[in-house]
Amino acid sequence: MRANVSAEARGLSRRELLKAGAAGFLLVSFRMPFAHAAGDTFAPNSFIRVGDDDIVTLIMPQVEMGQGIYTTVGMILADELDADFNKVVLQHAPPAKEYINPIFGVQATGGSTSVRAFWDPLRKAGASARAMLIEAAAQQLGVDASTCRTSNSEVIHDASGRKLGYGAIAALAATMKPVADPKLKSAKDYTLIGTPVKRKDTPDKTNGKSQYGIDAMPAGVKFAAIAQCPVFGGKTGHVDDSKAKTIKGVQQIVVQDDFVAVVGDTTWTALQGLDALDVTWDEGPNASVNSAQIWEALRTASTGNGAVAKEAGDIKAAFDGGTRHDAVYELPFLAHAPMEPLNCTVHYTKDACEVWTGTQVIGRVQEDVAKAVGLPIEKVTVHNLYIGGGFGRRLEQEMTVKAALIAMHVDGPVKVTWRREEDMQHDVYRPIYHNSVSASVKDGKIVGWTHRITGSAVIARWLPPAFKNGVDIDAVDGAADEPYGFPNLKVEYIRAEPPAVPTGFWRGVGPNNNFFTIESFVDEIAHKEKVDPVEFRLKHLDGNPRLQAAIQLVAAKGNWGAPLPARMGRGIAAQNAFGSFIATICEAEVDESGEVRVHRLVSAVDTGIQVNPDTIIAQLEGGLIFGLTAALFGEITIAKGRVEQSNFNDYRMLRINEAPKIEVHLIPSTQHPGGIGETGTTASAPALVNALFAATGVRLRRLPIDRDALAGRKPV
Amino acid sequence: MKRLYWILLSLAALACVIAAWIIYVPSPTAFASGGTVALGDYKDANPTGVPASLAKADVVERGEYLTRAADCEACHTAKGGEPFAGGLAFKLPFGTLYSPNITPDKDTGIGKWTDADFIRAIHKGIAPDGSRFYPAFPYPSYTLLTKDDALAIKAFLFSLKPINKEAPPNTLVFPFNQRWLMAFWSFFYNSNERYRPNPSQSAEWNRGAYLAEALGHCGECHTPRNLMQAVDNKKKFAGAVTAGWRAYNITQDKTSGIGSWDVETTAKFLAHGHVEGLGTASGPMGEAIDMSLRHMKPEDIGALVTYLKTVPAIADSSLPLPKTMLASAFPGDKDIDENARGAKIFAGACAGCHGWTGKSPILSYADFIGARTVNDPTAQNVAQAVIWGVTRHSPNGAVTMPGFGNAYSAEELAAVVNYVTSRFGAEKSHITAKDIGAIGKQASQ
Amino acid sequence: MITLQINGQSRDVEAGPDTPLLWALRDVLGMTGTKFGCGIAQCGACTVHLDGEAVRSCQLSIGSVGNRPITTIEGVGSSEIGAKVQKAWLDLEVVQCGYCQSGQIMSAAALLAHKSNPSDDDIDAAMAGNICRCGTYVRIREAIKKAATA
Ligand code: FES
Ligand code: FES
Repeated sequence: MRANVSAEARGLSRRELLKAGAAGFLLVSFRMPFAHAAGDTFAPNSFIRVGDDDIVTLIMPQVEMGQGIYTTVGMILADELDADFNKVVLQHAPPAKEYINPIFGVQATGGSTSVRAFWDPLRKAGASARAMLIEAAAQQLGVDASTCRTSNSEVIHDASGRKLGYGAIAALAATMKPVADPKLKSAKDYTLIGTPVKRKDTPDKTNGKSQYGIDAMPAGVKFAAIAQCPVFGGKTGHVDDSKAKTIKGVQQIVVQDDFVAVVGDTTWTALQGLDALDVTWDEGPNASVNSAQIWEALRTASTGNGAVAKEAGDIKAAFDGGTRHDAVYELPFLAHAPMEPLNCTVHYTKDACEVWTGTQVIGRVQEDVAKAVGLPIEKVTVHNLYIGGGFGRRLEQEMTVKAALIAMHVDGPVKVTWRREEDMQHDVYRPIYHNSVSASVKDGKIVGWTHRITGSAVIARWLPPAFKNGVDIDAVDGAADEPYGFPNLKVEYIRAEPPAVPTGFWRGVGPNNNFFTIESFVDEIAHKEKVDPVEFRLKHLDGNPRLQAAIQLVAAKGNWGAPLPARMGRGIAAQNAFGSFIATICEAEVDESGEVRVHRLVSAVDTGIQVNPDTIIAQLEGGLIFGLTAALFGEITIAKGRVEQSNFNDYRMLRINEAPKIEVHLIPSTQHPGGIGETGTTASAPALVNALFAATGVRLRRLPIDRDALAGRKPV
Repeated sequence: MKRLYWILLSLAALACVIAAWIIYVPSPTAFASGGTVALGDYKDANPTGVPASLAKADVVERGEYLTRAADCEACHTAKGGEPFAGGLAFKLPFGTLYSPNITPDKDTGIGKWTDADFIRAIHKGIAPDGSRFYPAFPYPSYTLLTKDDALAIKAFLFSLKPINKEAPPNTLVFPFNQRWLMAFWSFFYNSNERYRPNPSQSAEWNRGAYLAEALGHCGECHTPRNLMQAVDNKKKFAGAVTAGWRAYNITQDKTSGIGSWDVETTAKFLAHGHVEGLGTASGPMGEAIDMSLRHMKPEDIGALVTYLKTVPAIADSSLPLPKTMLASAFPGDKDIDENARGAKIFAGACAGCHGWTGKSPILSYADFIGARTVNDPTAQNVAQAVIWGVTRHSPNGAVTMPGFGNAYSAEELAAVVNYVTSRFGAEKSHITAKDIGAIGKQASQ
Repeated sequence: MITLQINGQSRDVEAGPDTPLLWALRDVLGMTGTKFGCGIAQCGACTVHLDGEAVRSCQLSIGSVGNRPITTIEGVGSSEIGAKVQKAWLDLEVVQCGYCQSGQIMSAAALLAHKSNPSDDDIDAAMAGNICRCGTYVRIREAIKKAATA
């Protein structure tokens, strides 16, 4: 989701929204969400603690799940604060209003919003704290504040050459009057922002020390394994635990309405117990649902009338007399399959509940767990540990609620781990999508464009206020505001919830579908019009110079137009989503049998101000691989109401010996920072299918790629 | 004139003899020297029933042992289904057969069967309603069982929890859907005769013969079939393909059979389905070990070995002597270049368990070295394992290899199978994507 | 009770012989650096060294280990190669979520112990069993080469 998601939800423009977010922040930010740790003598706002020991503790409103956000957020705060980054300690925020993501109005990490949402609030927080420290120092030195400057956690009075460390004046600073709208640094004065600062979380991730949710080990913890009805929506029927009970180390069996769990002295014994448990499930109404029916339902729904997300110009006139192009593109269900399987550790006592997990929605976890166990919200403590991959799966909290329900029956803390099969078969899946697009071309330019998107409305479930007038703002993200600014445009959305299968946000969200569609279709049209795909795009982008520049750069870096051996092709795709502009060239080879080898991916990206360029490059590299994996292999299929895939042997992941070379070129910019966590994911699929077309002349309009079609063994 | 008449007559006679020879099948123990006698006239220790240690046990317990020895469960249990409730699909060239439910359920199982019904089914292959069973049900072997043993098995089956589950109807094409035709087949190929001991062989040998032929029905998979789909004891235990898996040559041939396995090794393999340096039984033999043989008493395993050791060697030139030399710790560029795709998939999906040398760094059950499967240039069993996976019982609990048939293309599967045989076997396979499709379909589901 | 040699110490483990080393490490000994990813030897997250070989601890039952030395991510840094690999990982900022990286580092260290100067093919062969969902492959390859020349 882009910034405008809840902006729309609240009827605000993005600019107003970010203001509102910031304002909201300033209103609340002086209430202390929790007592400071010992030694924190200066706590000007909810993000900053300065200890008399010179240690600056920065509170992270966003969770670290690999995107390097701890370091990035820390850099933004520390830069405005002029703190010595080596003396900075990062600490995750508890659930509290102060840390609500202004873009969602929910305390959530996702949608590539972290930097976009917190850029202003964090800088203000840092700057206002710095101003207070200067005031304090000035007072102590008996000089005018304007004659003092700061650097590396020190206030310096050049005239007298005197310096005061932040620690030394922390106590005094605490008595200073808060500075509501401090002066922010100008870009040229940044000391951290724009430099490749080393991440603070990585050393412990290379020596086994860092703690992920699954590593929580409260004293006396027991271990549980969970099994839900294999059929979506099914319930627990009869449970025979006689065999399970005989397994050494199995301690208890917890039977709930729609799942069962076995508690043991290790996760292994719990899993053994689960295998030995004889459960007859009441499979319910979905027991006969299969993929064919689901697709048929979607295609039927796609013929109905859609809610209009965007309408511009005169479609009818545009299609009169132009060359008409039509196509349909479809995307499959996908699982998240983060490396760290779902898990949650809960210690329940009748008057308090403590939760250890890694979540993208800590506030919702606290709320829902409190509801589930019937305790007031303040009695529920949530420790948010590192996340071994979120990708949207941990924007849900049902796994923590289930863990809490189990914990209510267990004496002492219990860690509930989902085996990989459970994780894969009880995911919330990236929805299947159907897109019908038509374009009208006159004098070599697209003058009319209609795009009808049919699919599940994740937003309607996850952020109801954002679902307005039948339009899922995420599902049309990237389509309603397509990059080319076609003069006559109609974008419609049809909500079609698949039978049985739960859907959720998946890295790249709506833009995944929309840019696969737009960038495949634009490519098709370019080829049909016999115009070079790069040229064709460029001439439609006069209104979008940042994307134009990205395309020009990637064409140069990606050797666009240079000859390639037979059966190899180059494809390009461009997009602006998540506030970033990216153009990508894919070089791929297809052998006679239809096997695909991706040799190289090159991206040029303008993401505005680059807080930590190295992190940005890493996110793009990873995002490109994530999208490529799905395009090459990803599809969840349903039979008898169950997911047919189970683990990495049948739900395939790209491996290092299948990974292409990747080059990312960043374009310097002074614009507001954009989002980067999903930008790469969205880019690779269209670039790939366009490359495959260039290599074989076969146009794939459905993912994952069809090797039989590429080999000519079957028609597309 | 007269001469011509005689010539024609003798030619006709010759034709009959040849035809007879083709259809004729010797008895399973005919290879052994010395004649046989009726069980009643046999003076030495009784080769039938249960081992001495179980002699005192009640009929249900004895029945359980015999049911295991006869491995009823393997065929009468659908993949992941309730034991003995049937429904396992046998994919035949002319249709699909489903094993029936043999739990004592009155409507869908054998709950209504009388002792006589049961005996008739076991000995004659005839159902209570008079219809004929197909020989996928090995009654030509079970016919050798004594009445007592058959009834003990029935007693055990009737002690099970009845499960109400109808097996799917068979889908055989004409004429194979004509069960009555089996009457003619049985006339030729079901001796309908109880086991006849051979006094000139040891008592242990006779026990082994009873276990192998009457109960274990080894020949049903390991002996090739003739034109009439009957087990052809002229080629006893020379190896055959059943349910898409190769049941290997278990004659005493030193190269292609198990003649080079000493008594102890043979016994160990039968009891565990795994011996370091000889590989691991998988597919139907893996099931036979896990469901049947590993539950046999040591004295019975010993008897089986004694018997097997006397089976005449039949050489199969298509099976090389298994390679015993380890491969390198990492693949050299050469064997990568030769089959880059196979090497790539092996590195990602296989090496984690199997390692690169053929000796698994974690699990001897995953060793390739010396295993017949990787030393079989048809690579049929390697292909089945890769497509469907393998689950085996081991002293340290279940050992599972996941199946890869659903996420990898037929080209990729063929490539990795050929890579495995070329890297770890004596002779590399040349299996194709098409073969993979065909082989995968043959496996019982 | 089974005694294991882990990172140079002998540790007593109160668990059945069929318990996979992975769960003995994590749940019995509280050594959580070794990760659970798939449980079927397909992802490599659980990789440790057994006798210097990279092995999948989810498939290695403690009953079959005997007194062969085990090294985990917590101990790999005390070997010269292990330390080099960890440093290269940080110098190139390989890590994203980091969940797979214990296994990646263990596989890389074992590779370098076998081949001090691995080719791209060697790296593919040794590392292909380790899935990284965050897609850090490009940097893993670079980091291994850096560690080799360090
Ligand atoms: S957990 Fe052992 S390889 Fe995945
Ligand atoms: S760094 Fe996240 S899975 Fe590899």
